[in-house]
Amino acid sequence: MGRKLLLEKAHIPGIRSYEVYRREGGYASVEKALRMAPADVVEEVKKSGLRGRGGAGFPTGMKWSFLAKPEGVPRYLVCNADESEPGTFKDRYLMEFIPHLLIEGLIAASWALGSNRTYIYIRGEYAWIVDILEQAIAEANANGWLGKNILGTGFDCQIYVQRGAGAYICGEETALIESLEGKRGNPRIKPPFPAVKGLWDCPTVVNNVETLAAVVPILNIGGEEYAKIGVGRSTGTKLISACGNINKPGVYEIDMNISVEEFIYSDEYCGGIAHGKRLKACIPGGSSVPILPANLLLKTAKGETRMMHYEGLADGGFATGSMMGSGGFIILDEDQCIVRHTLTLARFYRHESCGQCSPCREGTGWMEKILNKIEYGKGQLSDIDLLWDIQRKIEGNTICPLGDAAAWPVAAAIRHFRDEFEWHVKNPEESQQRNFGLAHYADALTTV
Amino acid sequence: MADEIKMLKVTIDNITIEVPQGTTILQAARQIGGEVAPPAMCYYTKLKGSGGKCRTCLVEVSKGSEADPRPMPKLVASCRTGVMDGMEVKNITSGKVTDARNGVVEFLLLNHPLDCPVCDQAGECHLQDLSYSHGKEGTRYEFKRRTFEKHDLGPYIQLHMTRCILCYRCVFVADQVTGKRVHGVLSRGDHAEIATHIEQSLDNDFIGNVIDVCPVGALTDKTFRFKNRVWFTKPVDAHRDCPNCKGKVTLWQRGDEVLRVTGRKDQWGEVEDWICNTCRFEKKHVNDWVIEGPTKIDRHSVISQGHYTGLDKPKETFSAVHGGRAPKLLMDIHSVSEVNRPGIALSEIQGPATSDTFNIDKQA
Ligand SMILES: Cc1cc2nc3c(=O)[nH]c(=O)nc-3n(C[C@H](O)[C@H](O)[C@H](O)COP(=O)(O)O)c2cc1C
Ligand code: SF4
Ligand code: SF4
Ligand code: FES
Repeated sequence: MGRKLLLEKAHIPGIRSYEVYRREGGYASVEKALRMAPADVVEEVKKSGLRGRGGAGFPTGMKWSFLAKPEGVPRYLVCNADESEPGTFKDRYLMEFIPHLLIEGLIAASWALGSNRTYIYIRGEYAWIVDILEQAIAEANANGWLGKNILGTGFDCQIYVQRGAGAYICGEETALIESLEGKRGNPRIKPPFPAVKGLWDCPTVVNNVETLAAVVPILNIGGEEYAKIGVGRSTGTKLISACGNINKPGVYEIDMNISVEEFIYSDEYCGGIAHGKRLKACIPGGSSVPILPANLLLKTAKGETRMMHYEGLADGGFATGSMMGSGGFIILDEDQCIVRHTLTLARFYRHESCGQCSPCREGTGWMEKILNKIEYGKGQLSDIDLLWDIQRKIEGNTICPLGDAAAWPVAAAIRHFRDEFEWHVKNPEESQQRNFGLAHYADALTTV
Repeated sequence: MADEIKMLKVTIDNITIEVPQGTTILQAARQIGGEVAPPAMCYYTKLKGSGGKCRTCLVEVSKGSEADPRPMPKLVASCRTGVMDGMEVKNITSGKVTDARNGVVEFLLLNHPLDCPVCDQAGECHLQDLSYSHGKEGTRYEFKRRTFEKHDLGPYIQLHMTRCILCYRCVFVADQVTGKRVHGVLSRGDHAEIATHIEQSLDNDFIGNVIDVCPVGALTDKTFRFKNRVWFTKPVDAHRDCPNCKGKVTLWQRGDEVLRVTGRKDQWGEVEDWICNTCRFEKKHVNDWVIEGPTKIDRHSVISQGHYTGLDKPKETFSAVHGGRAPKLLMDIHSVSEVNRPGIALSEIQGPATSDTFNIDKQA
């Protein structure tokens, strides 16, 4: 059993309420933090090696230390609870079952960063979680953890929950800030970065829900202790939301020292592929990261066991690896069609592009149309090269990473499953009746 | 006492210049001028916050600065990237830039209706210029181009959403130049559109400036609509005493008739001063204006043809050139476009045709 730091107490009956949460040792990290100098809290987070859990994996302590601190200008902490990446639902789980953990982490982080007004920007569809969070905030207020002069330190802090209106792009931190300001959720052109000019042009830190919740165990056990969990630069525990054709979909907390194979096949986690089918492919970090065929998923190109951590999943770069991303782990079994699957993702990105920059606005729509054509048996071989060329011209040339996120899945699908695309084109009628199947991507039948 | 402004050295396409701190790569490249200046479809010097969107101005930064010489990992939008001391930039000397820019132009044209023959912007359209310089022949796009529901923006401004490249310039104008913005971008992605949320006319005092900033024919002057082709009109600089604006404009004339009034544009196609709606839409008589002289137009392709300064009149007559043969059909094509009547079959015209052949009103 791996170590649990975030979800350890999530299943204690009544943990959603303040009484039970407090009885189980909740808010100890706030008591501890408020006795420390804010800079020391930042230092502790730096020592922990915690990396952002929102997708990019940027070291949190470093991000915090970049926060500009001009005199007389407020600073803001914003919690990114927009969680709209297909396949990702870990933040929802955390907020739904143990909301006080997030509130506790937010208060400690607000102290560290000097944020007196802290915002949770939550995706609009999580309506019921808004109620849960509001309730937790009210309880924290009633018990003196929020409001004026917290614990007699003179520190004032309030947390506000703001609902989004259903746009994936509002999870991108600068689009989120725009939306929070009441504007259209278009990503900003960087620089300036939020750490210098963020919410209402003030220095701002945007962090993912899981990142902020992790501040609690870091303060409780100490940064150094936290850094001992996991491997190398992948410290601590990570929530993985596993879905697709597995026996046990759900949210799992792993310490980043297990293999992908163990994660998929052991009963403690995904419990193997559903209905005794075989593994075909996997998107290990949410819809934006490159898909990997089974043979490259379980073992790296060098033949080593692939591990479930930042470096492990990225091993091989884009040629033969993928990314940890947001921890949305999507499994595809032998019955799944890669072309159809890629089309579904392309449709998503076309729909979610904000439309500001031409490569993403036009390119995402174009890719979807071509994939649609191939999927429905009307494609040509040249369409595959065209798709490749389009994604290449989007990638790296856009304002925000959504353009890359739209390009990568298409690129990886073609890179690893080109013969499946070709089969679709060459067998237009047959491809309407059945899937390409497994071919040589099949996993070596596993033993775990 | 003014602080001394630091001068920074920047090299663009192997040409080194010094610019004051705070200059963007695009501005620096424009100082060098010519081909070195990247095309810019969304950036507009006068509009705060503009730029960064169209991606036509992408350049390669091969050396970040003297202090940090690492190249930048991605191409950057030159309109929104500040110059650093010792920076080295590649625009036309970078294969990566050419490749990406060709891609951007293809993207911009993907859903464009290519209705230039009936578009009032034709001849002064930046997208047209760009596709001449960077476009491919033919298209790789084989799908239906997108269309939009029509929105009426009132008596002054005509919106053709299919031509819009979503540069947001008109949104910035409404925000920064007029008292109140009533239009904006609705929806997102490839279905994003310029519109008013509730059908409403754009008639705010300075709103006409959206026409001047629009790089394409998405926003055009309704009072000029289909009156003429730009390249047949003669631009002259003029001014009037205007209580609302500086009253410095360009009149687009045909004979004595003022067909259109616009702001005066510089060589990058940007207006020198915003003009008010009265000057633009109401003052359509030569007597309203003090004419200063012909407008200088350097850079822009087609319009400069309607512009006769410095041109020598041919010494030979037409028939001399044709070896004594009188031309059968001699059209004054300027007038043809005004009266282009498909009802008149050219083959049935006896003898040389002139503008009067087509101009039935004048004949009567
Ligand atoms: C299109 C797009 C969508 C994103 N959606 C989310 C999201 O839903 N939740 C999230 O935490 N980060 C999201 N991000 C990443 C954020 O921009 C930002 O990097 C993150 O919130 C930083 O938090 P962290 O440092 O704690 O990871 C998204 C990024 C992009 C480009
Ligand atoms: S990359 Fe896409 S989502 Fe991001 S700013 Fe550009 S158009 Fe908008
Ligand atoms: S209407 Fe013209 S100015 Fe406005 S966004 Fe579209 S192209 Fe730009
Ligand atoms: S002019 Fe720079 S991105 Fe449009």
